[in-house]
Amino acid sequence: MIAEIGLYALVLAAVTSLLQGTVPLIGAARQRLAWMEFADRAALAQLLLVAVSFGCLVAVFVQSDFSVRLVAANSHTAKPLLYKIAGAWGNHEGSLLLWVLILAVFGAAVASFGRALPATLKARVLAVQGLIGLGFHSFMLATSNPFARLDPAPLDGNDLNPLLQDPGLAFHPPMLYLGYVGLSVAYAFAVAALIEGRVDPAWARWVRPWTLAAWTALTAGIALGSWWAYYELGWGGWWFWDPVENASFMPWLMATALLHSASVVEKRDALKSWTILLAIIAFGLSLMGTFLVRSGVLTSVHAFASDPGRGLFVLMLLAIAVGGALALYAVRAPSMAGGGLFQPVSREGALLLNNMLLAAAAATVFLGTLYPLFLDVAGGGAVSVGPPYFQATFVPMMIPLVLAAAVGPLLAWKRGDLLAALQRLWLAGIAAALAALATLWLKGVAIGPVIGMALAAWLGIGALTEWAERTRLLRAPLGESVRRARHLPRAAYGMTLAHLGVAVLVAGVTASTAWKEERVLRMKPGDSVEIAGTTLTLEDVEPVVGPNYTAMQGRFVTERGAVLTPQRRSYWVQGTVTTEAAIRTSGLADLHAVVGEGDGTAGWVVRLYHQPLVPWIWAGALMMVVGGLLSLSDRRLRVGAARRAAAPAGAARG
Amino acid sequence: MMRWIGALLLGLMLLAGPALAVQPGEELADAAQEARARALSREIRCLVCQNQSIDESEADLARDLRLILRERIAAGDSDAQVKDFLVARYGDFVLLDPPVKPKTWLLWFGPAAILLIALGGAWLYLRPRPALAEAAPLDAAERARLDRLLAEDGEEGA
Amino acid sequence: MTQPLRFALYALPFLAVTALVAWFALALAPGRDPSAVPSALIDKPAPQIDLPSIYEGRPGLRSADLKGRATVVNVFASWCVPCRAEHPVLTQLAKGHGVPLIGFNWKDNPEAARAFLEELGDPFERIGSDPSGRAGIDWGVYGVPETYILDAAGRIRYKHVGPLSAEDVEGAILPVLRQVSR
Repeated sequence: MIAEIGLYALVLAAVTSLLQGTVPLIGAARQRLAWMEFADRAALAQLLLVAVSFGCLVAVFVQSDFSVRLVAANSHTAKPLLYKIAGAWGNHEGSLLLWVLILAVFGAAVASFGRALPATLKARVLAVQGLIGLGFHSFMLATSNPFARLDPAPLDGNDLNPLLQDPGLAFHPPMLYLGYVGLSVAYAFAVAALIEGRVDPAWARWVRPWTLAAWTALTAGIALGSWWAYYELGWGGWWFWDPVENASFMPWLMATALLHSASVVEKRDALKSWTILLAIIAFGLSLMGTFLVRSGVLTSVHAFASDPGRGLFVLMLLAIAVGGALALYAVRAPSMAGGGLFQPVSREGALLLNNMLLAAAAATVFLGTLYPLFLDVAGGGAVSVGPPYFQATFVPMMIPLVLAAAVGPLLAWKRGDLLAALQRLWLAGIAAALAALATLWLKGVAIGPVIGMALAAWLGIGALTEWAERTRLLRAPLGESVRRARHLPRAAYGMTLAHLGVAVLVAGVTASTAWKEERVLRMKPGDSVEIAGTTLTLEDVEPVVGPNYTAMQGRFVTERGAVLTPQRRSYWVQGTVTTEAAIRTSGLADLHAVVGEGDGTAGWVVRLYHQPLVPWIWAGALMMVVGGLLSLSDRRLRVGAARRAAAPAGAARG
Repeated sequence: MMRWIGALLLGLMLLAGPALAVQPGEELADAAQEARARALSREIRCLVCQNQSIDESEADLARDLRLILRERIAAGDSDAQVKDFLVARYGDFVLLDPPVKPKTWLLWFGPAAILLIALGGAWLYLRPRPALAEAAPLDAAERARLDRLLAEDGEEGA
Repeated sequence: MTQPLRFALYALPFLAVTALVAWFALALAPGRDPSAVPSALIDKPAPQIDLPSIYEGRPGLRSADLKGRATVVNVFASWCVPCRAEHPVLTQLAKGHGVPLIGFNWKDNPEAARAFLEELGDPFERIGSDPSGRAGIDWGVYGVPETYILDAAGRIRYKHVGPLSAEDVEGAILPVLRQVSR
C-alpha cells in the first residue's frame, strides 16, 4: 500500500514537473503574470509530492517490506536502523529519488526565497528546474521504478553491501547530490539568462548563493567520501583517481571556477558569457558523472549495477540538457559580450587566471578519465590511466593556482599593482622560505614536499595577510582594527577561511603522501613493533559479535597507553569480509592499525601506517565548508540588494 | 558478461580468503629492492579488480604478479625490463602509468596543450583592443549637438 | 576578431558536446565489456609450455602438442563456477564438432580437477596442470575460464574471456577455427 502511494505521488510529481517546465516559459514569453507565478505553486507542489514519495520509500525500508524489489535487494531485518534508512538511497533507483527530492527542495527554495527576482527570470529558472525534474522523473518511471514489487516476497533481504553500512558513507551521497542539484540551479539561471538575452551584475548576485551552496555541499560530499575511503579501506589511501571520484571532482573544479568568475560579473560586469558557459558545463559534468556511474561504460568500485538501457536514457538527458543549453549559448552569447575592461594585472585578471587554471585542470582530469574509453571505442586497444598520470599532469597545474591565490585578493579591481601586492606578502614569502628550509632540514632533499610545504605556508600566511590588510592590523590603532574586523562582511571571512583551508589541505596532502610510513608483518599476542619512533604492542586478538557480523578484534597498545582495536568483520548474510581499521589521531599525524588473516599459532598479519598531517586534509576541507557556509550567511546575499529595476522604475514611467 | 566477472571476483575473494596486500612473506630481503618493488607495484594494474594497483589489491592474481615482479627484480631486471615483461603478457592495459606511444600522445601532451590554449585564450581576451582606443575628439558641430541633447535630457529629469 | 570566427568559437562547446555524446553512445553498444583485457599475444607464438598432466602416468602438455593442427585451449579450474556452466558447450565442441580441445588446469589442485572432470566428463585431448599459475601468466591468463584458439603453427590467433555459450561457439569459435585451418 505504501509503495503504491509512493508510486502515485511520483507519477503526479512527474506531471507537475511537466507543467512546471512549460507553463511558466510560455508565461514569460507572453508576459502573463499568472502563468509565471504558476511556477511557484508548481515548485511547492512538486516538493510535497516528491517528499511523500521519498517518505514512502524510506518507510518500506524501515518496515523491511520485502515485497518491494528494491528492499529485498538491498536490506535485511538484522540491519541497524540507520542503515535501513540509508539503504533507501544506497542503490540506483533510490538514489534517483533522492536526487529529485533535493531538486524539488531547491526548486521550492527558489520559489520561496527568490522574491527579489524579476518575475520573468524566476519563471524561467523554475521552468528549467521543472524540465530537469521531468527528465529524471521519466528516467525513473521508464527504467528505474523504486517501487517495483516482487512476487513472491522473500522472507528476508540480501542486505546492504557491508562497505556501505557506515555513517560517513550514509551521508556522502546526499551531500554530493546537494552539490549536483545546486549546480542545476546555477545552470537554470544561466539558461534563463540566455533565454532572456541578458546577463548583468544583478543576475550574478542572485546566482551566487545557489552556487555557493552547491560548492559547499560538493566540497563536503567529496571530503566525506574521501575520509570514508581512508578509514574504511584499510591502507591509508584517500584518493585513487577512480573514474567515479573524478566524475565528482570535475564539477567541483568548475564550481570553484564559477564561484570566482561570478564575482567578476557581479563587481565588474565582465566575463559574462564565460560565466554562463561555466554554469552550463559544471552541471553538464554532474550529469556526465551520473551517466558514468550508472551506465557501465567504465569499471569502477563505485559503479552501480550497470545497464546500457539506463545508460542510454541518461545519455539522452545529457544530450538534451547540455546540448540544448550550448546550442542556445551559441546563438545568444555573442550578443552578450562586452562589459567592464580590465588590465591583465588586476583582481579580474587574477580571477581569470584562476578560472583558466581550474578549467585546464578539469579538462586534464576529463582527458585522463575518459581516454581509455575513447581509445577503446576508436579501436585503439586498451590502456590504463591511473594515479601516476594524474599526479604528473594535475598537480603541476595546481602550483600556479595556489601561488596566485595569495596574490589575487591583494590586487585592486580594474588595474592592480603587482609589485605592491607582492611587497605586502613579504611575511608569506618568509614563511614559505622557512617552510622549505625546515622541510629540507628535517626530511632531506625531495623537491615535491619542499614545494608543497612552501606553497602551503605561502597561501596560509597570504590569506591572513589579506585579512590583516583589511583590518589595518598593526598599522592603525588596535581599537580601529578590531572595529574593522567586526564590520567586515561575513563573505570576507568566508573567503579567508576557505583559502586558509586550501593551505591546510595542501600541507596535509604533501606531508601524508611524502612521509607516510608503513609496516607489514606477522604478529603474535605480546609482540611489539616500532613505527615512526613509537612502539606498538599487540595484546591479543579475540572474537566479538556485532548486530549483523562476527569479527576478530585485535588490541594494540601504544607506548603512551592508547588503545587501538581494529577488526576483521564477517557479515553473515552476504558472506563478505571487511576490515575496520583503528585510527588514532594526534591532530598532527594518524596511526592506523589493521588486522588481517591469521590465527593464534602462526600469528596475525598486521598492517600499520603512520601518516603525518593527514588529519589536516579533513581539517582543510572542513575549513572550506565552514567558509562557504559563512559566506552563505552574509546578509548582503539575502537582503534584496539586487532589485534590478527598482530605482529607474520609480523615476521614469513608460 | 558482467555477471560472470562478478562471480569470478566473488569466487576469487572467497577462495583466496581476503588477504591483505603485500603479505609479510612476500617482501624481498634487500630493502632497496623491496622499495623498488613497492614503487613498481603501484604502477601495475590489478587486472581482476576495479581500478586498483597490485600493491593495494587483495586478489590472488595481484599476489602472483607481486611475486613475479619481485622475482624479476631479484634476478636483476631494470624497472623498464620488469614492465616490458608484464606488458608482453598483458598488454599496455596493465600499466597504470600509460606509456608514451603515438596512441597516447593526445593523452600525455593534451594537458599542456589545454593549458596553453586556456592561457592563450585569456591573453587574446585581455590584449589591448584598437577598436576601443580613445575616440576622436568631437568637433564644434558635434559638440553643439551633444550639448543640445544633454540639455533636453536634463529637462525631463534624469 | 572577425564575425564568422567569433560565431564559430561560440559554437565550439556545442560541437564538442555533440561529439562527446556520439562517442558515449558508441561506448554503450552492446557487447562491449569495459573490464575485458585484450590479449597481448594475438598472432604471436604461444609461449613455451611443459606441464605435467593432472592424471598420473599420462603425458602432460608440451608446446609440440599444440602444433600440427589448429587447437582450442581452454583454461579452467575446479573451483570456477562459470567453468561448470560452459562445460556442456565445451563437450559439444570437442565431441560434436570434433575440435581438438586442450585443457589448461590453472591454479588448481590436480585431485580436485580430476574429481571435477569425473563429475562432468572429460572432453580434453590432453590436460596440462599449472597449480602455481605461472604458466598461465606467461599466456596472459588473468581469470577463468578463458579459451584460446591456436593455429597449426602454434600461434595464438584468438582469445575468448569468460564462459563459452553456444552462440559464442557458432558466432566466433567455429568461424575463427575455419579461418586458421585454411
